[in-house]
Amino acid sequence: MTDATTGSGTSPRDLTRLTAVRMADGLAAGEFTSVELTQAHLDRIERLNPALNAFLLVDADGALAAARAVDEARTAGEELPRLAGVPVAVKDIACTQGLTTTAGSRMLEHFVPPYDATIVTRLRDARMPILGKTNMDEFAMGSSTEHSAFGPTRNPWDLERIPGGSGGGSSAAVAAFLAPLAIGSDTGGSIRQPAAVTGTVGTKPTYGGVSRYGVIALASSLDQIGPCARTVVDAALLHEVLAGHDPLDSTSIDAPVPPVVAAATGTRDLTGLRVGVVKEISGKGFQPGVLTRFQEALDHLRALGAEIVEVSCPHFVYAMAAYYLILPSEASSNLARYDAMRYGLRVAPDGSPSAEQVMATSRDAGFGDEVKRRIILGTYALSSGYYDAYYGQAQKVRTLIADDFRAAFEQADVLVSPTAPTTAFRIGDKMEDPMAMYLNDIATIPANLAGIPGMSIPSGLADEDGLPAGIQLLAPAMEDQRLYAVGAALEARLAQEQGGPVIDRLPEVPETAPEPGRHTAAGTTQEGTA
Amino acid sequence: MTISTRPVHQEDTVPYDEALSRYEPVMGLEVHVELNTATKMFCGCAATFGAEPNTQTCPVCLGLPGALPVVNATAVESAIRIGLALNCTIAEWCRFARKNYFYPDMPKNFQTSQYDEPIAFDGWIDVEVPANEAGEPPFTFRVEVERAHMEEDTGKSTHVGGSTGRIHGADYSVVDYNRAGIPLIEIVTKPMLGAGDRAPEVAKAYVSTLRDLLRALDVSDVRMEQGSMRCDANVSLMPVGAEVLGTRTETKNVNSLRSVERAIRYEITRHAAILDAGEKIFQETRHWHEDTGITTAGRPKSDADDYRYFPEPDLVPVAPSREDVERLRGTLPENPAERRRRLQAAWGYTDLEMRDVVNAGAVEVIQDTVASGASPAAARKWWTGDLARRANAQGVAVTDLGVTPAHVAELDGLVTGGRLNDSMARQVLEGVVAGEGGPAEVADARGLELVQDDGALQAAVEKVLAANPDVAEKVRGGKVQAAGALIGQVMKEMRGQADAARARELILATLGVDA
Amino acid sequence: MSNLSRDDVAHVAMLARIQLEDHELDRLAGQLDQIVDWVGQVNEVAAADVPPMSHPLPLVNVTRPDEVRPSLTAEQALANAPDAEDGRFGVPRILDEE
Repeated sequence: MTDATTGSGTSPRDLTRLTAVRMADGLAAGEFTSVELTQAHLDRIERLNPALNAFLLVDADGALAAARAVDEARTAGEELPRLAGVPVAVKDIACTQGLTTTAGSRMLEHFVPPYDATIVTRLRDARMPILGKTNMDEFAMGSSTEHSAFGPTRNPWDLERIPGGSGGGSSAAVAAFLAPLAIGSDTGGSIRQPAAVTGTVGTKPTYGGVSRYGVIALASSLDQIGPCARTVVDAALLHEVLAGHDPLDSTSIDAPVPPVVAAATGTRDLTGLRVGVVKEISGKGFQPGVLTRFQEALDHLRALGAEIVEVSCPHFVYAMAAYYLILPSEASSNLARYDAMRYGLRVAPDGSPSAEQVMATSRDAGFGDEVKRRIILGTYALSSGYYDAYYGQAQKVRTLIADDFRAAFEQADVLVSPTAPTTAFRIGDKMEDPMAMYLNDIATIPANLAGIPGMSIPSGLADEDGLPAGIQLLAPAMEDQRLYAVGAALEARLAQEQGGPVIDRLPEVPETAPEPGRHTAAGTTQEGTA
Repeated sequence: MTISTRPVHQEDTVPYDEALSRYEPVMGLEVHVELNTATKMFCGCAATFGAEPNTQTCPVCLGLPGALPVVNATAVESAIRIGLALNCTIAEWCRFARKNYFYPDMPKNFQTSQYDEPIAFDGWIDVEVPANEAGEPPFTFRVEVERAHMEEDTGKSTHVGGSTGRIHGADYSVVDYNRAGIPLIEIVTKPMLGAGDRAPEVAKAYVSTLRDLLRALDVSDVRMEQGSMRCDANVSLMPVGAEVLGTRTETKNVNSLRSVERAIRYEITRHAAILDAGEKIFQETRHWHEDTGITTAGRPKSDADDYRYFPEPDLVPVAPSREDVERLRGTLPENPAERRRRLQAAWGYTDLEMRDVVNAGAVEVIQDTVASGASPAAARKWWTGDLARRANAQGVAVTDLGVTPAHVAELDGLVTGGRLNDSMARQVLEGVVAGEGGPAEVADARGLELVQDDGALQAAVEKVLAANPDVAEKVRGGKVQAAGALIGQVMKEMRGQADAARARELILATLGVDA
Repeated sequence: MSNLSRDDVAHVAMLARIQLEDHELDRLAGQLDQIVDWVGQVNEVAAADVPPMSHPLPLVNVTRPDEVRPSLTAEQALANAPDAEDGRFGVPRILDEE
């Protein structure tokens, strides 16, 4: 971690380099105020967001008001939650009362929710100032954030590259020190894959561990909300804020939250731990530099006392296909509500059109290509005569994948793989090839199908391009704490062996984005002048 | 997609008897019942009828982005109780499913319903079909129930005519989502065969029986005129002797008991005309028009009805424990038909009298009135007579007049105890309805009491006899009926405050005639 | 062989209430055909006796008590409406309305 000098002489801007833990401690100790801390982030957002396009909306007034209230409460001697005063960014998929919530879609460009998502309520209850709403692939469909209707987010490691997706806004914001913590949502890897390609940490909790109420649904049986952070313990602290039973979400688990913070701050000794390497998602088609860092990570795990075993999950080869049936099917139904009748973009054809016609033209105008592709695919997969062959069969494959995991967890306590097959690719490279884009999530999707928790932590920089790579950890359902225990131990070991955390090697982020390259899809970049 | 064209004879009809001579009608009824829960099916919005538009909505029932449903526990219990009352099997495990189709009054553009896993299935109910005007006898028909499942209602759209549209020449609709998400139970029968020419009567009797049953269960207001009970009627014909079911039409908007019978009758005559012409029934939705008594074509069934059902991923399965099911079985009221039979026997009413009581919605109040000490005959007389007439005139239920069973029993006591005569009792009742107090109180306040003193009555008798010597002579000569005119005059003389029977006795005694 | 023709895509798009323009149809039809072919791999798995898994959680019977919670006001409900009139949502004419 960058040296965090504190005290009266500290320039507020330096505060953004601290970990969330250090921020919380500094606030508690009175070293700085939440207003100073929040303002430091707002200043950095103002300076760098034009190039990164990580935030779609910055709520400076709201964040500062919350910060001020925390500072006053602290002065008054109130007992405050651990992260009180530490700012946070929220993916624009979570409804925020009074703050435009777009899900990255033209359809919801002007939608102002009359209510807060449960996780937003929890952030407010935890007294965390909300800096703003982060960019994402439209309705979370994508792995690059290029499918945002409001332009792509750029990777702070290289502005010509994607920050992952769908939660590229949150990962870029955290990686570029625009926010210490952010919320993500993960349907097939949208927290973990962006974390991997930006050198940050991201967790997809056990399905049902965090409330989905108020989070715009992509695929209800796969979606899960989780934390984005720069360290494992920071992620654990935010995880604990978010997690817990919510009576407004029928699929929310009514059981104690796994002890993630305790695990992240516990022993670094992994003696006796069995780590399973999943054969099917740890080799073929993966970038060599990514695999090299992965193999080294296995060595480090061994050095920490873990036993490495190879496990096979034979049905994982069908996971992508099953996922790309289940997700579009559920999404086609979840996105039916965007019909221009009660809210959202309304585009009427000429003449005196019927409601049906206005729905159809509005949906054509309001949705981007990837959303249309998936809605049509899902509608087809559910339609009469095709259900059994597509949706029905995909659900059976889902059972087999869950069975594979069950068998694997009999041989291992946690499973590992590289998080994504490659480091960040260039903006525009895969926009015309949806299938190539889908393959980014090959290693992350099985966890969503089975509902188990997963985490990505940085494994280092790939030799060939100097860009971050990630290692994915997977644990059985409701055993999220295992991810944090192993993640924290590995993180510490890697920092020790690599001369510091990966994020410390982030180059200076330019204040302007490069000219749109030949790869960049026309009309999607916002910054054109040097 | 090929769109078949509608054959030419689709709107002709043949006389009913003629249709029945050649075809056997087959019916299927789908009844939607709005539950009377406090809140909606999947959210905590109030489910009351008649609120200001869009004041009972929330992110869930408006289908806002991110909102999620949570099942109303009471609605599930009501569904199970309905299933049990219909002699259904209650599923050990069932799920909700999404029925996907676009319609502006449906906020999510899918209806959360149940598909191949209903909460209740394979039941039956015996329906008593009364004698008809043609003199055909009453009979009992067993209706097989295929399923009863849980779902949610839609919002209500109102069409605004073109001339009032803001865009010149355009017409548009306005939508109120207060009703969206109100719990519905859909009860679907198996095909009903074998009722022959009585089929429309069977359908009406079924809906009527169902209504009584749901009212007894206290799970719904079952007000067809308010839409809390709605009926869709499927009708098909098969040639007499055939074994294969014909093509059916589904008639919607059949929202009164009388309409159920009429709409089915109409569809039978329409189908028969088409089949007689050698044409095919066009499978479609039809709309019933109460005013003109006909159905008109709606939307043809097409692949737009590809509902793409799949299990609702935002809800978890419903798996009622057998203990819960038995506990709910214990809460079932007596079957209304059986209960009626039992009470009729106990009260000694004729079939006609009992039917009047049922039609007046007075079974419960009469039961309570009898329990409060009145005779069954008196209780019936008051509730289906004076009180029913008043209720009818005011357009309210007989139970909403402000008169309680205890009042009626008390009034009956005043009559049988000789304090009031019938006409005085009517005046007292008027005072009770007007809120002047209980019967005794009203009688006191209005000074209504039979004159018990024979002296005053005898004086009045003698005065009347003296004024009507010719009538008195007739009576004396044996025409006892003629005394009626004298009694009327005596009562008038007494300002109504006399016992007419005693007046008669005194008149006859004075004239020396045996009663 | 093509799984999904251009006409099929147009038809399914209308089921999904998306009025695709011709150039979109041209582009999406080819991509979707390829994707449908690829997801069809799930049928390579012999799974006749495998139960379908529609949900990752084994939960059942999650309900709420029948207690009224505050609703939105009509103003809040209508705040995002493209069109409203007298407390109701304004929508274009609805086909097949009674």
